[in-house]
Amino acid sequence: MTTNFTGLGRPVVDCDIHNAFASLETLVPYLEDHWIAYIRESHFRGPGANDYPGGAPTSARQGTRPANGPPGSDLSLIQKQVLDPWDVEVGILACGYWVQSVHNEDLAASLATAVNQWQIDHWLEKDARLRASLVVPSQNPILAAREIERFGDHPGFVQVILPVRSYSLYGKSEYNPMYAAAVKHNLAIGIHFGGASSLPPTPVGWPSTYIEECADMAQIFQAQVLSLISEGAFARFPELRVVLIESGFVWMPAWMWRMDKEWKGLRRDTPWVVRPPSDYVREHIRMTLQPMDAPINSEHLLQMIGQLDSDEILMFSTDYPHWHFDGPDDAIPKGLSDSLLEKILRENARTFYKL
Amino acid sequence: MAMTMLEEPKIRKKEKLSVIDCDIHNVDGYQSPATEVWVDYMPSAWKDYHLSIAGRRRAGSNCPRAVPFAARNDAFPPEGPPGSHLGFMQEQLLDTWEMDYGILNPLSPAGGQQNLEYGAAIAQAVNEWQIAEWLEKDERLRASLTVAYEDADLAVAEIERLGDHPGFVQLMFMARTMEPLGRRKYWKIYEAAVDYDLPIGIHFGGTGIGPITGAGKAAHYIQDHGGMPMAFQAQVTSYVYEGVFERFPGLKIVLIEGGFGWIAPLMWRMDNWYRKLEMEVPYLKRLPSEYIRDHFYLTTQPVEEPSDPAYFEQMLAHMDMDDKLMFATDYPHWDFDSPDQALRYVSDRDVKKQIMSENARELYGLD
Repeated sequence: MTTNFTGLGRPVVDCDIHNAFASLETLVPYLEDHWIAYIRESHFRGPGANDYPGGAPTSARQGTRPANGPPGSDLSLIQKQVLDPWDVEVGILACGYWVQSVHNEDLAASLATAVNQWQIDHWLEKDARLRASLVVPSQNPILAAREIERFGDHPGFVQVILPVRSYSLYGKSEYNPMYAAAVKHNLAIGIHFGGASSLPPTPVGWPSTYIEECADMAQIFQAQVLSLISEGAFARFPELRVVLIESGFVWMPAWMWRMDKEWKGLRRDTPWVVRPPSDYVREHIRMTLQPMDAPINSEHLLQMIGQLDSDEILMFSTDYPHWHFDGPDDAIPKGLSDSLLEKILRENARTFYKL
Repeated sequence: MAMTMLEEPKIRKKEKLSVIDCDIHNVDGYQSPATEVWVDYMPSAWKDYHLSIAGRRRAGSNCPRAVPFAARNDAFPPEGPPGSHLGFMQEQLLDTWEMDYGILNPLSPAGGQQNLEYGAAIAQAVNEWQIAEWLEKDERLRASLTVAYEDADLAVAEIERLGDHPGFVQLMFMARTMEPLGRRKYWKIYEAAVDYDLPIGIHFGGTGIGPITGAGKAAHYIQDHGGMPMAFQAQVTSYVYEGVFERFPGLKIVLIEGGFGWIAPLMWRMDNWYRKLEMEVPYLKRLPSEYIRDHFYLTTQPVEEPSDPAYFEQMLAHMDMDDKLMFATDYPHWDFDSPDQALRYVSDRDVKKQIMSENARELYGLD
């Protein structure tokens, strides 16, 4: 498999670039003494979701591993392999450091603060093209709101990032403080593939294999979308903007049909849902392009994009360093009109993130 | 009964399509005295237990359903809960719609019991009740064989006891299980199912091991009812990626009341992940979508209602499973699909005929 890091020859906004670090040592300069002692004494190594197993082919494209550290840990390599060749005007960093799986909520909050300061120091201040996602201890929405208050006015942060595998569905009112803070600071909510909530990732228990868990991830996104709408998050926060990152998008049309059909029969249960659920999707929710989950027949993929009934939903992403495509040829759907392509490559993200 | 002469319908432009209904409920799953229409058939050793302790299920995940018994307002018979009265059902469903056959799917609490032996006793009771009060009384009816599927040995014992009865055409599982159904604990059941030539029917519902989503508890019935495809998707990924169809090439799975709009996108997703992570599942010899198209059947209700009717035919083309879709009403439930409405977006009459009756006729070996 040849790895081709050339871009499209036209500018893009990349909505999913992963920045990472080798070990908890990276955060030590940002942690209070008692946490450093705790980490040293316990040999705690940080949250480990293993949602991207180190050796899995999908976790990193060939050639993305720097000399020191994991893929995504070296800014100069990211510049060389993504930002420069893809002519990235704005690159959104999606830091998947899931403090949500640290059950000591105070430690989780301190780790989040440390990661966010590290992102400012090592990423945002080093390349003006970059924007970042705030890591927050969303298992405790009050602490999450506090973290948003701490950094929410920093112009480099454009969203709060949450793992799709939560312990509690994101539509619930327990998240009100977190969403209120996000809306107040003009931040989007990014719900991202992965996480480790301690709950099984399916309604039927634990899958055996990683590949199964990856395929299953789409139905957790479906649960979150239905929860956000039916449990009233958009009713409580009309300005709430949500992007599903690395969710795949081909499942969304049928999911909208299903939600709309159910709503017709059951809307008396949720009177705050005053329009068909698909309206809320098109108004509040965006989806990043990769993985495309593309069928072999490229016409079918175009039909799926048409079935979204909106040109505003999709936003380009490389999902660097994860492996979904081999080069520019298979990085975007074939046969899009130029105006729709331009929306997907740049305009939708510019509007959504208010860039 | 199927030969009874009926009044000539008012308008009939074309030859009328036969109808086989693949999802009729004579038992509703929520355990209460009103729904225990099978109780007289309970094995005597379990009767006292049933009357004293009964019904320890993995409860706590359900939302109240919109209406009593989740039933149509007009489906309440003169006695007993909706669906449980043969004469009323015959008149309201089989006769009205001139159905060739109907498949009974009893939504019993057998599979969800924590006490596995008690669950197996319920399964026996439901099966004996179905033979005596349904299969022997209307030759248009076939039934699903209830099994306590969370214990393979108990399920296999029931298959060996009744699997040869001509009235039983498939096994009855519920979609929300304790483990994904591809896992080894269920394999003995599949071995027996293939031996007895019984497909695995997996129906909407059930109580699994945790919350009804992969991300916690849901608040509203729309999340429970509307969220059911999530469980079905997880079952499909499990069957395929666990290699069940390599191990049991004759195994057939019928997904009942899960909808079907999600399956083409899932096939694409599964194929793409497989192309990249093949090394993790080296026992697979074909693309996931190939296993799915060969081994899975889907009933139509609740039929997809796309925002644009043109999308419906796109969806059928994407699925490429015209030979695997089977019409169902879900009688007596509130979200009943009517035979004259459900497939109105299918323009190809041959495809419609396949879906309305012929696919089921072939799968279940009906005349």
